[in-house]
Amino acid sequence: MNTLEIIKPENLVYGKPRLMNDNPMHYCPGCSHGVIHKLIAEVIEEMGMEEQTIGIAPVGCAVFAYNYLDIDWQEAAHGRAPALATAVKRLNPDKMVFTYQGDGDLAAIGTAETIHACNRGENIVIVFVNNAIYGMTGGQMAPTTLLGMSTATCPHGRNVELNGYPLKISDLLAQLDGTCLVTRQAVHTAAAVKKAKKMLRKAFENSMSHKGTSIVEFVSTCASGWKMSPDQSNKWMVENMFPKYPLGDLKDI
Amino acid sequence: MEDEVKLMKGNEAIAHAAIRYGADGYFGYPITPQSEIMETLMDEKPWETTGMVVLQAESEVSAINMVYGGAACGKRVMTSSSSPGISLKQEGISYMAGAELPALIVNVMRGGPGLGTIQPSQADYFQTVKGGGHGDYRLITLAPASVQEMADHVALGFDLAFKYNNPAMILADGVIGQMMEKVILPEQKPRKTEEEIRKEQPWATLGKTHGRKPNIITSLELDPAVMEQNNIRFQQKYNQIEENEVIYEELLCDDAEYLIVAFGSTARISQTTVELARKEGIKVGLFRPITLWPFPKKKLKAYSEKVKGILTVELNAGQMVEDVKLAVECKIPVNFYGRLGGIVPTPDEVLDELKKLL
Repeated sequence: MNTLEIIKPENLVYGKPRLMNDNPMHYCPGCSHGVIHKLIAEVIEEMGMEEQTIGIAPVGCAVFAYNYLDIDWQEAAHGRAPALATAVKRLNPDKMVFTYQGDGDLAAIGTAETIHACNRGENIVIVFVNNAIYGMTGGQMAPTTLLGMSTATCPHGRNVELNGYPLKISDLLAQLDGTCLVTRQAVHTAAAVKKAKKMLRKAFENSMSHKGTSIVEFVSTCASGWKMSPDQSNKWMVENMFPKYPLGDLKDI
Repeated sequence: MEDEVKLMKGNEAIAHAAIRYGADGYFGYPITPQSEIMETLMDEKPWETTGMVVLQAESEVSAINMVYGGAACGKRVMTSSSSPGISLKQEGISYMAGAELPALIVNVMRGGPGLGTIQPSQADYFQTVKGGGHGDYRLITLAPASVQEMADHVALGFDLAFKYNNPAMILADGVIGQMMEKVILPEQKPRKTEEEIRKEQPWATLGKTHGRKPNIITSLELDPAVMEQNNIRFQQKYNQIEENEVIYEELLCDDAEYLIVAFGSTARISQTTVELARKEGIKVGLFRPITLWPFPKKKLKAYSEKVKGILTVELNAGQMVEDVKLAVECKIPVNFYGRLGGIVPTPDEVLDELKKLL
């Protein structure tokens, strides 16, 4: 059997979601964003919500998320995505609304917007990509950077006296009465991807049944920022990130 | 049917006018001297009648970004604040100008800088008409001088914002916000339906319907050649606004030998000064810019051929006076009188200043 015979439609067992277009991604090799984008596209498609979904893109590496998923998008100022999403959902209660934010966007400059959107129980999904570093601006310290981890703005390693502690913001958000689902996932193995997709679907369903705010944190890699190969990054994440940010559901009601 | 005349504060008039305009949403944060706007809206509960959303945000920053999100859906959304809060909103205003989003922002000015005072001021003129946020952009700026205009400028501001896909600001001061006058409110208009918005604002992010490309609302463009073209397009739009949307009021200007130029509450005070001066035989008129941007520079230039001098009166250290001088190209003397820090001048004080020009 030659290749052309193999790629016949009737032999198709897996494909790119229809909502993902053919624009070449700007993400670095080994970056988790591509897989997370794909999962969001699959969930929206499987829910049949393509025409009802509005995404809010952040500032950071995912600033161009709107280039890859063929849905309506708004690009927010740094950290403000939950404020935009609040208005979009309140003005259009029947639409499906999500933000896509990194650790700097969500847990530093946008802390107030994040906490208060969650506390109001806005019926939105917050997709939170935590790779413990500012990727887009060139590898600076994030609120979630681990102690001892070196970045462009803590080149000698994050130390408590100077920089304080890594912020476990999802744990904090789980305490708020407005959140209905807070879960920490990863996409480094096939099994993890499968589980993450399940929780993502649940989050989007929650938003449509107006249960409150759902947060899906993805503990992620940044091979370029961490100055490692993609493979090393995954190992480093499992060994160093997971102990601080353990995977699992922090809240699911 | 006869119009119903009501007595209320300028701030309350804004709230009622917003509901009656068919506004879709208000997002705000309390600050003196404009808190009655949100208080009135919350009391009126328009979500039960027109379906208008009213939400108290956690900060001015959040409120203006809620406005961004709502505006990006093609909805008629607004916010209000006072000077320190408006400083916080500048990020969102710049982003909305860059993303070409229509929205209404109300600034009931108080004295600054910093926390300043809660008394009236016009010291945010520069911030409003010269930029405020970063980048080359312009904000359509309306300066009401009465409670009636507070109500009327809601519709005017929304209409201009949607005509040009640009944010518009009502730049009032504490006097206009707090004083009570009679007002005739507009008729209740229905809110736009989603179908109407999809038709009138085809760029709105309301979900990508089958067959159309995704709508993306952003101010980001990394290719400098494209970004320059975006900026050129903005400037062309601003030129169009300057050409078409200038509004001003003239009082006894026909035979005037001197002009007082003032906006908002100082125009009201100067109106009395004009009456006092006329009684003394001084031929003075009042020229009141209603749009501060676009500024009525052509009209003022024409007056520079007719009058002997101009007195500009403001509640600041001299801001609009710079635009008056530019407009008359320094052909005639332009004097300035201002009170600072929340002090409002009397008509007699202004008259004394006028006499220095004679």
